[in-house]
Amino acid sequence: MRRPLTLKDHHHEQRIFSVRLVVAVFLVLLLTLILVSRMVWLQVIQHSRYTTLSDNNRVQTLAVSPPRGLITDRDGVILAENRPDFSLELIIEQAGDLDQLISELGKLIELDAGDLERFQKRRLTARRPWEPVPLRGRLSEEEIARLAVNQHRLPGIRISADPIRHYPHGILFSHVLGYVNRINAQDLEAMTLDEQRDYAGTHFYGRSGIERFYEDQLHGQVGYRQVETNARGRILRILEEQPPVPGEDLRLRLSMRVQKAAYEALGERRGAVVAIDPRDGSVLAFVSRPGFDPNLFVTGISYKDYSAYQGDPDNPLFNRALQGRYPPGSTIKPMLGIAGLDAGVTNWQRTISDPGYYQLENDPHRYRDWKRWGHGRVDLHKAVVQSCDTYFYDMGFKLGISRMHEYMTQFSLGAPTGIDLYNESSGIMPSKEWKRAYRNRPWFHGDTINASIGQGFVLATPLQLATATAITASHGKKVIPTLAGHTQPVARTEITLNDESNWEKMTDAMVSVTGPRGTARVMAVDAQYAIAAKSGTAQVFSVGQDETYNEDELAERMLDHALMVSFAPAEQPAIAVGVLVENGRHGGSTAGPVARQVMDAWLLSESGELDVPPVFEETPASPAEVSP
Amino acid sequence: MSQREYLRQMPGQTGATLSPGLAMRLHLDAPLLAGLAVLMLGGLAVLYSAGGESMEIIVRQCVRFGAGLTALFLLAQIPPRSYRFWAPFLYTGGLALLVLVLIAGTEAKGAQRWLSIPGIGRFQPAEAMKLAVPAMVAWYFSERTLPPKLMDVLVALALLGVPAALIGMQPDLGTAILIAASGLVVLFMAGLSWRLIAVAVLLVVTAAPLMYFFVMHDYQRNRVDTFLNPEADPRGTGWNIIQSKTAIGSGGVDGKGWLDGTQSRLDFLPESSTDFILAVLSEEFGLLGVSVLLMIYLVIVGRGFFISWQAQETFSRLLASSLTMTFFIYIFVNIGMVSGLLPVVGVPLPLISYGGTSIVTLLASFGMLMSIHTHRRLMSY
Repeated sequence: MRRPLTLKDHHHEQRIFSVRLVVAVFLVLLLTLILVSRMVWLQVIQHSRYTTLSDNNRVQTLAVSPPRGLITDRDGVILAENRPDFSLELIIEQAGDLDQLISELGKLIELDAGDLERFQKRRLTARRPWEPVPLRGRLSEEEIARLAVNQHRLPGIRISADPIRHYPHGILFSHVLGYVNRINAQDLEAMTLDEQRDYAGTHFYGRSGIERFYEDQLHGQVGYRQVETNARGRILRILEEQPPVPGEDLRLRLSMRVQKAAYEALGERRGAVVAIDPRDGSVLAFVSRPGFDPNLFVTGISYKDYSAYQGDPDNPLFNRALQGRYPPGSTIKPMLGIAGLDAGVTNWQRTISDPGYYQLENDPHRYRDWKRWGHGRVDLHKAVVQSCDTYFYDMGFKLGISRMHEYMTQFSLGAPTGIDLYNESSGIMPSKEWKRAYRNRPWFHGDTINASIGQGFVLATPLQLATATAITASHGKKVIPTLAGHTQPVARTEITLNDESNWEKMTDAMVSVTGPRGTARVMAVDAQYAIAAKSGTAQVFSVGQDETYNEDELAERMLDHALMVSFAPAEQPAIAVGVLVENGRHGGSTAGPVARQVMDAWLLSESGELDVPPVFEETPASPAEVSP
Repeated sequence: MSQREYLRQMPGQTGATLSPGLAMRLHLDAPLLAGLAVLMLGGLAVLYSAGGESMEIIVRQCVRFGAGLTALFLLAQIPPRSYRFWAPFLYTGGLALLVLVLIAGTEAKGAQRWLSIPGIGRFQPAEAMKLAVPAMVAWYFSERTLPPKLMDVLVALALLGVPAALIGMQPDLGTAILIAASGLVVLFMAGLSWRLIAVAVLLVVTAAPLMYFFVMHDYQRNRVDTFLNPEADPRGTGWNIIQSKTAIGSGGVDGKGWLDGTQSRLDFLPESSTDFILAVLSEEFGLLGVSVLLMIYLVIVGRGFFISWQAQETFSRLLASSLTMTFFIYIFVNIGMVSGLLPVVGVPLPLISYGGTSIVTLLASFGMLMSIHTHRRLMSY
């Protein structure tokens, strides 16, 4: 190799190198010092911070949801229980090609648009890596088998079993039990911090009915499990555990027997039945038809099912018994009679002559009786038995709206009954103040007269009618209807009359209503016990002055509502029933037989003998029987 | 006095395990070998934990150690003048292979690094260049007078720049940096003027943003972003660095104990047995463990520098100091990135991280160091 003739100065080169070597050594020491400082920073100064981060990584506190309390009827028949529901979940991190996996799954099991939409939404919400995302619930056994067989070629699928609410009698108790469904962000926002903590592991929340009202008791207390997991979320060991406190079981005052009788007696008609034990206010039956299948709501009702309910003109989601407001019509005449007697505006001896209408002085308007030609000479007893409107027009006018309002409110008309359900409607028992406030009109005499026969502004729910009847049956006791004992406070008190014998006498009149000349005679045929009742008819369609109407020409939905209030046995009442049949026309013939079947179910033994059941006791004497 | 007798009288030649006579005859350096042995044994213990107590991984690592030690032994037998003679040829051949890799290489993890040779298997030409580049630059300067003139500097920069660029194109930023560094160290040790060094530092500082925006691949840019702000994407690219810092920090002074590091054992720490194995060591053995590791490394680096200082000719001095310094750069870059000081570039922790041909290359470089040390002549020029 040829190169320019420069002599290499080895000593010079070595000197340069030695200097550089020293610099290099210093550099190495300096950089090492930087590394050590960094380690001291991380491992000594920031140690506690990183220890926390490390523990947060591996230690997870899992909330363990408490099993929800069971709901039974008074005899221990299970009305709401918890069942395992098998659902398909995907672990996205394991799935590989997600779209392909979902299309493969779609060939094995049914996946509708709603499932996929919910899945995509859940997938995008915050979650830990490796946390499974639910794709479809309510897998059938066949579907589980199909998935299991194909599991090897479906990476990332998981089948999990979670308890979900199940209502074995479905539609039968829909409006009274209500239902639970998935808890949502709004539910949680409405809670206090303590409550939120209690719901940390809970997926379901009481949405309506008993499930909503008794949510606190049924829910129980959350438990905790501290676990160590790896990065894939697999639980390696349990570090600490505090078991949940299960929700309390709830024994309702309802009777399966009576509920079923009421439901079946209504048949396919729209209407409501509420039966109350007047001895303690126990609600024996609470039916609103049509109903809905509460099981559909639990895991999220499909759009199709929900719009079918929404679009149904019969409005199956509407709780007629609790919220349906109907003119009570003649059914409140016994209570009005009690008011008239106690206020001294009438007595059992006083009679009037009924020409078929009532007229105020200096007013040409005729308030017509349902009987065009009149009832002739009428006393209070006959007025109740034959439902004479003219007698009550006269008596109501003498009583005046203020006193009428006062007495009727004591019968829970126009005021909440206090039942242990939310969103009860108060109905309307009008007063001068009410009309001024809500209608912005002065009170007219005609308003009082209309109210005297339960028409005009008066509106009541079937539950209120049953409650008013139970109060009448119990001679004015402060009956608060209850499903499980925790009633809401009410303003009314016990009714004490100046002459307590008026209760007996009014009961006699009501018993005569089911007698051979009464309007409700049909319901008492072959009864083993005396039934006190009062029928009613509520106009849906108002008929003008001096007009008659042809029932056949009116559309079915324009027909009068049929009403019946009744209690039995008349001498020692153990059941009071309010029945409403929408567009049922005649209380006596349509609503009466319904009430009778409900009473039979309660008062008769299986062999058909009169066997009045005892008053409800909190702790059942016999162990709960299992539902068939 | 025979060569052997003369060497026996030299200070610092008493090995701990091997008698100087035997070590010398085998052209091995006892202190270096002892340091490496301690490092490898300790590394196996850490790897056992990081690999989830898998014996398979340990066996494979031992096989690599075996291959590396064989390479070390063989390279130690070759005298430095042969390296000096062969350097240009090895360098040219390596360069050709690098071009070949870009044309016909095998792709793995989005980078083209491997060359498949039928019958032999795959290998990374870049690894060979880790040795060939410093040897080449050292050869170049051994033929010139020192300190280098500007022309020589430019030639040297081209000699290290071309292979580094080729490797950067694979793309393998970590190796490219290491190779460029190994050449630059030679340049520095050869007496590159301080003024030029200052200019270079200025250039780098200004060029870095330009590199970021115009030269880097997306995944590299991602790494820089993650380095600058790992918390911005804690589930994605920031995950590694957050988990690694958490592992290190939670280790504290005395660590969580061997096999008890939750971060790695529970799989929160990715790459725990390869590039991020230092996090496992720090978590389980704490600051004490890291200090011991750094101490062992410093002993090895110190011995390397000592060998460079004792070397008798320019080529040997430059090569030995470059190999030593590159070894330290490995350490610094790896620990720096695992502890969040530096962006994540794929540099293993030398002789501790699992796998990679880097183990063989590293041990081979120590073979060259030993050769330089054991083939000294009696007299200097």
